Amino acid sequence: MTIQETTCRTATSDLAAGSSLWHDAWKRLRKNHVAVASGWILAFLATACLVGPGIVSATWGYDYETQNLAFGPQPPSWDHPFGTDFFGRDLLTRVLYGGRVSLTVGFLAATVAATIGTVYGAVAGYAGGIVDSVMMRAVDILYTLPYMFLVIILVTVLGKSLVLVFLALGAVGWLLTARVVRGQVMSLKEQDFVLAARSLGTLGSGIVFRHLIPNTLGPVIITFTLTVPAMILQEAFLSFLGLGVQAPRPSLGALINDGANQMLVFWWTLVFPGGVMALMLMALNFLGDGVRDALDPRMKNG
Amino acid sequence: MKGYVLRRLLELVPTMVIIVVASFALVRLAPGSPFASEKDIPPQVRAALEAKYGFDKPLYEQFGRYVGRLLQGDLGPSTKYPQRSVNEIIADGFPATLTLGAVALTWALLVGITAGIIGAVRQNTVWDHAAMAAALVGISIPSFVLGPVLVLVVSLRWHLLPPAGWGGWQHVILPGFALGTIYAASIARLTRGGMLEIVRSDFVRTARAKGLPERLVIWRHMLKGGLLPVVSYLGPAIASILTGSVVVEKIFNIPGIGPYFVDATFNRDYFLVMGIVVVDAVLLLALNLVVDVVYGLLDPRITYS
Repeated sequence: MTIQETTCRTATSDLAAGSSLWHDAWKRLRKNHVAVASGWILAFLATACLVGPGIVSATWGYDYETQNLAFGPQPPSWDHPFGTDFFGRDLLTRVLYGGRVSLTVGFLAATVAATIGTVYGAVAGYAGGIVDSVMMRAVDILYTLPYMFLVIILVTVLGKSLVLVFLALGAVGWLLTARVVRGQVMSLKEQDFVLAARSLGTLGSGIVFRHLIPNTLGPVIITFTLTVPAMILQEAFLSFLGLGVQAPRPSLGALINDGANQMLVFWWTLVFPGGVMALMLMALNFLGDGVRDALDPRMKNG
Repeated sequence: MKGYVLRRLLELVPTMVIIVVASFALVRLAPGSPFASEKDIPPQVRAALEAKYGFDKPLYEQFGRYVGRLLQGDLGPSTKYPQRSVNEIIADGFPATLTLGAVALTWALLVGITAGIIGAVRQNTVWDHAAMAAALVGISIPSFVLGPVLVLVVSLRWHLLPPAGWGGWQHVILPGFALGTIYAASIARLTRGGMLEIVRSDFVRTARAKGLPERLVIWRHMLKGGLLPVVSYLGPAIASILTGSVVVEKIFNIPGIGPYFVDATFNRDYFLVMGIVVVDAVLLLALNLVVDVVYGLLDPRITYS
């Protein structure tokens, strides 16, 4: 048996022990009624946002950009369940389309943030010493800066495309993950399996990526579920200021901004996008809370 | 302790250097120019304008000049508002932004800590569940949804408070509420978590064992340690409130600094963008230093060396 094989065995048996942890967590999550309900709401919202605009356009022939000025803003009716906006466009289609933008940006930005944060935190935690101090001090400082100002500058400077928005948000949203992962790695690296890997001659990068990072998955997932709603919120914040997705493509933030400007006369243009935004964030937050309780039962009472 | 504060103050220098260099680079490497919107200006006039603000010089020279002025407290001229200096604009806008932020933070702390204490003391009762559900709902309602809805209901339907404007105490209530609620919710959760961690510690058991009334146990023994997570959250919260006020100032038409910032980035008003970033950064770094010192005073386990 070669050294590599032994390492593989160790890794596999680790995974086998881990799977029962995931199983337990899944059972705990399913018992949490609020989290399960939030999961269903989220699944419904995501499906509606993904296929909804297509169905609406196939059934009623609406799309998000064709204007009908003569039609004007109309209150909700059977033809237009959410009413229509100032330019006579079906608001349901626009809200669903905006929800799709929000969810996409939220998940992609959170993925970018989780990736950067995990690698950064694992390297800092494993390196220790001065490298760790400098890296984490940088995180402390970044943590207290009004980084949305930097995002605003970035987005204005580099152009207002969707990809840039989620890259910019992800690039500044990784700090919490880095802190969490570093803490985990600090305690993990003292454990016997790391010592074993090191005595087998595994390189530092191998230990970080093969042994340490997989074992931080639980906390990373917890942080991820909390980052998604935060990123959605910030994307909406940017598009509320007119810095996100550009017209005629709708996003929830931009729709809320339009609605806020004309809410006195056309209340539905504020209430529906705002309501969907709040519902989406609420479902994500309650689900994230449930995931945290399920993966880390100690947190529940402490 | 004195040494710690001194070291932190010294650390501020490289931090500020990085912030100034990074924001200068970001702002100046951006395509576009402050005079792009006035397309029909003749080239001579344009050249004269650029010479006036020093934009015709090489970048490193401009940077040197900027830093030189910055060290004397001069944030430079505004290209969008030629008759006003950046110092004047910031002096105009900052009081409103700071007032709004302070009100929002006070509201968030009052409500958040109260709800958190109730949740921890009455753990797993209806009170606890109600407080924490309210907190999760609060976290999910962004200020730019809450703000307009408040205006619609409280101002326009019930006529209780003015929908916009600035000046009296009545102008600050709705924006403060809209801006602070999301932080109240986070603080409630942090307080509850912190208090629950303390509740099982030995010194709390001792305090109870010697027959201290529950009220005193909470106020005198638990609160100090239980609020530690809230104290360390204050730094990021203040940064986030300052950013969030951009949107709230826009909704309630408050003459703060936020709308200037967005306009200034659009208009490439270089010195104004830089000025706001620099002033904000100084403010936040100073506040964070205060927060860290307070944290050390609250937690006897930490010694500064």
